[in-house]
Amino acid sequence: MSGDMTHDEHGSVAVDEEHGHGVVAENPFADPGLPEHTPRLTDIDEKVARKSERIVAGLFLLSAIATIAFMVCYTEVPNNTSTIVNFFPLGAMSASNFALGITLGVALFAMGAGAIYWARTLMTDVEVPQERHLLESTPEDKAEAVAEFQQGMADSGWKQRPLIRRTLIGAMAVLPLPAVWILRDLGPQPGTTQRQTAWTAGELIINDASISLDGTRGRGIRPEDLQVGTLVSASPAAVLTAGDQTNNMMSMSAILLVRMNTVDIKSQQEIDWGYEGIVAFSKICTHVGCPVQLFEQQTHHMLCPCHQSTFDLSDNGRVIFGPAARSLPQLPITVNADGYLVAKAGFDQPVGPSFWERG
Amino acid sequence: MSTSTTNEEIVPTTLGGKASEYLDQRLGIAGAAKKNLRKIFPDHWSFMLGEICLYSFIVLLLSGIFLTLFFTPSMGEVTYNGSYTPLDGIRMSEAYASTLNISFDVRGGLLMRQIHHWAALVFVMAIMVHMLRIFFTGAFRKPRELNWLIGFTLFVMALAEGFCGYSLPDDLLSGTGLRILQGMILAIPIVGTYISYFLFGGLFPGTDIVPRLFTVHILLVPGLILGLITAHLILVFYQKHTQWAGPGRTNQNVVGLPLMPVYMAKAGGFFFVVFGFTALLGGLVTINPIWLYGPYVPTQITAGSQPDFYIGFFEGALRMMPNIEWNFWGHTLSPNILVPFAIVPGILFGGLAMYPFLEAWITGDRREHHILDRPRNMPTRTAIGVAGIVFYGVGWINGGNDLIAPHFNLSVEAITWVDRVAIFVAPAFAFWLTRRICFGLQRRDRDKVLHGRESGIITRSPEGQFSEIHTPLPQGDLHTLTSHEVHHPLTLTDVTDANGVPAPNLRLAKLRARMTRWYFGERVEKVSEEEYREAISSGHH
Repeated sequence: MSGDMTHDEHGSVAVDEEHGHGVVAENPFADPGLPEHTPRLTDIDEKVARKSERIVAGLFLLSAIATIAFMVCYTEVPNNTSTIVNFFPLGAMSASNFALGITLGVALFAMGAGAIYWARTLMTDVEVPQERHLLESTPEDKAEAVAEFQQGMADSGWKQRPLIRRTLIGAMAVLPLPAVWILRDLGPQPGTTQRQTAWTAGELIINDASISLDGTRGRGIRPEDLQVGTLVSASPAAVLTAGDQTNNMMSMSAILLVRMNTVDIKSQQEIDWGYEGIVAFSKICTHVGCPVQLFEQQTHHMLCPCHQSTFDLSDNGRVIFGPAARSLPQLPITVNADGYLVAKAGFDQPVGPSFWERG
Repeated sequence: MSTSTTNEEIVPTTLGGKASEYLDQRLGIAGAAKKNLRKIFPDHWSFMLGEICLYSFIVLLLSGIFLTLFFTPSMGEVTYNGSYTPLDGIRMSEAYASTLNISFDVRGGLLMRQIHHWAALVFVMAIMVHMLRIFFTGAFRKPRELNWLIGFTLFVMALAEGFCGYSLPDDLLSGTGLRILQGMILAIPIVGTYISYFLFGGLFPGTDIVPRLFTVHILLVPGLILGLITAHLILVFYQKHTQWAGPGRTNQNVVGLPLMPVYMAKAGGFFFVVFGFTALLGGLVTINPIWLYGPYVPTQITAGSQPDFYIGFFEGALRMMPNIEWNFWGHTLSPNILVPFAIVPGILFGGLAMYPFLEAWITGDRREHHILDRPRNMPTRTAIGVAGIVFYGVGWINGGNDLIAPHFNLSVEAITWVDRVAIFVAPAFAFWLTRRICFGLQRRDRDKVLHGRESGIITRSPEGQFSEIHTPLPQGDLHTLTSHEVHHPLTLTDVTDANGVPAPNLRLAKLRARMTRWYFGERVEKVSEEEYREAISSGHH
């Protein structure tokens, strides 16, 4: 503290306190130079320094103890889903994870805290200046470098032999191309696959909820299974035999079935493409392809949870809000001889997100 | 050059000394050690932000190596029979199954997964805050523009690395994130469909994307990040750290404490603090509980699903954009996707990368700067930065519109519309307000220089007037508060030569002059010596 006071009094501004008339030095804003160092308690009192030393050592010791505790917890705390700890406000968690996290965290934190406390209390805190040189080279150095470079250029004949220069530049320009070329087999050409779904006339509609765990069995849907206001996620029967193509097929061909009162449906085509008020729409959002899922029964609005594009399922799947630009495509449906809902035809347009070739 | 120095040769006796001698005879390390062991670094809390980036990256490397030992980067299908019974018998990819295995059956596996995820969030967040510090203090000015670009590249790579890692477990959330990415790639004109097919090996999702992203995530991007971090640090070391203005601190020196021992202990210790912090988070706070989401199925989704925070801006922009799409000549162009996916981030990130060069062009300043600016002393730069933060913030908030809506009982549509307006209005308002605040703060500094600090002592004059005695500032403070530069706008003179021929590049010069008026047209001048003398002698301090 006393250091600061001295500094103030010896500043170059002297003020006549009685009259408030000042005498100002040559440049009142000149740099007075580094302020005097203020010693810390640990610098002047060995007892305080000893205490610091003990705290640092204590933290290092704590770190070592926590490290050993970590290894003990690794073997001793059971790691299974039934051994959990539960405390406010973090909720339930694995006891093993909790014990390992706490011990590892303390081991690391105490190690760091010890080192920092050591630096702050016992190592020097006298700030010293170090000179900083301009990064730019001296003119002599620059001249020498340029001379060396020009000698090198002259030795190579780079300027005198333009044939070599041009062919080299040309060859170097094309050399990286194979790095792009060789990536061709990363995937197939799109062809028309982006336009195709698994839906063709007569394809049975499978209720997603009925598909077995192994994905090979599922049940069709009869019109009488669906009450007005019911929404069902459904797939083409082809997914049951798609094997490792199941996800690819789902991401193109997933549909929604919803039953409405025909009087609520605003479009005659939509009624015609449906069956007794049951209509089928692509489940894949026309924005960036998330499955649409949130259905408002009263308004017939279907919301995509990803970016809130909202479609009116009673009006040709028209977009009424959000970033999607196109209606959800409707799948024409009917019932087959067994009374199950089937596709009357495929989609009349590509489903899912827009793409350049879509048109 | 004299040979007598050999007589004074040090003969090492300790083990460390002998090892150093061994190395020196082969590598000549003494020269580097002599210069660098006691290298001075300035001290300020904001200088540790970059350290957090470095240390969280090391934590990511360490925890990531552990995770690769148990993770199977494959989309091959398996039936789960592990210890997490709610998913028993469910078909899933090997990637998802091995992530469940790491979470439930490998001891310490969940801890490492959670440390890895938390450290990733800390990494990106620390980079953002570190960059803002550099921006607002003008530390990007000459000679550090190149290091700004390296840092910017690191930022972009950190975002990419985070997204790749997030996508690897092949859970419902990560698969949905990939689906959105694929939908956006499809919107790229001409080549979008091809890029998507090459990236995913055909139709989405295919079976290639997880192993491919795995290579990108554990080899390609971290390798590049590691290389760039090394370059970044070498430049910090070589160009020496910037410092704040203050007594004894000039553009030609660096004032602080020596690397050995102070910063070795402080920085080394801080590594353990950051690591310990992420370990405690990993042990105590559940993050990304992929077992609750289930495996990725393209037809399923959960409402209210959110990406990691650093994707929120892009997500919000995608949600905000009105549904514009054009069809022409048998092709589809989707501004509703391209604007938030490419154009807005392009402007935001391009502007961020190029800002140092833009400002240098406007100010015409070619000098080296090692003293930091206080943000208030560069009001327009500070206002641009704050406007950028607000722009980013509005997009980010809109990324959570579906969570805000139920919490505050608002409609998603209303929030989106407010944000559609706010994305333009709020940054403009923030720009104006920030400049006002900066000018206000500068005037307060000016006042302090002229009249000193309020002492809290009230006196009453014989006439009955009350006034507070002001204590003049110590000279160190006077120097600190007046050491900044006040830039002035350019005025064009001699726009034509004697023959009436316009000067070359006149339009560019006019633009530059206009930019300097925008930057520096309104300003608070520094206290001149005359003003100061006047204030002192009039006694009103």
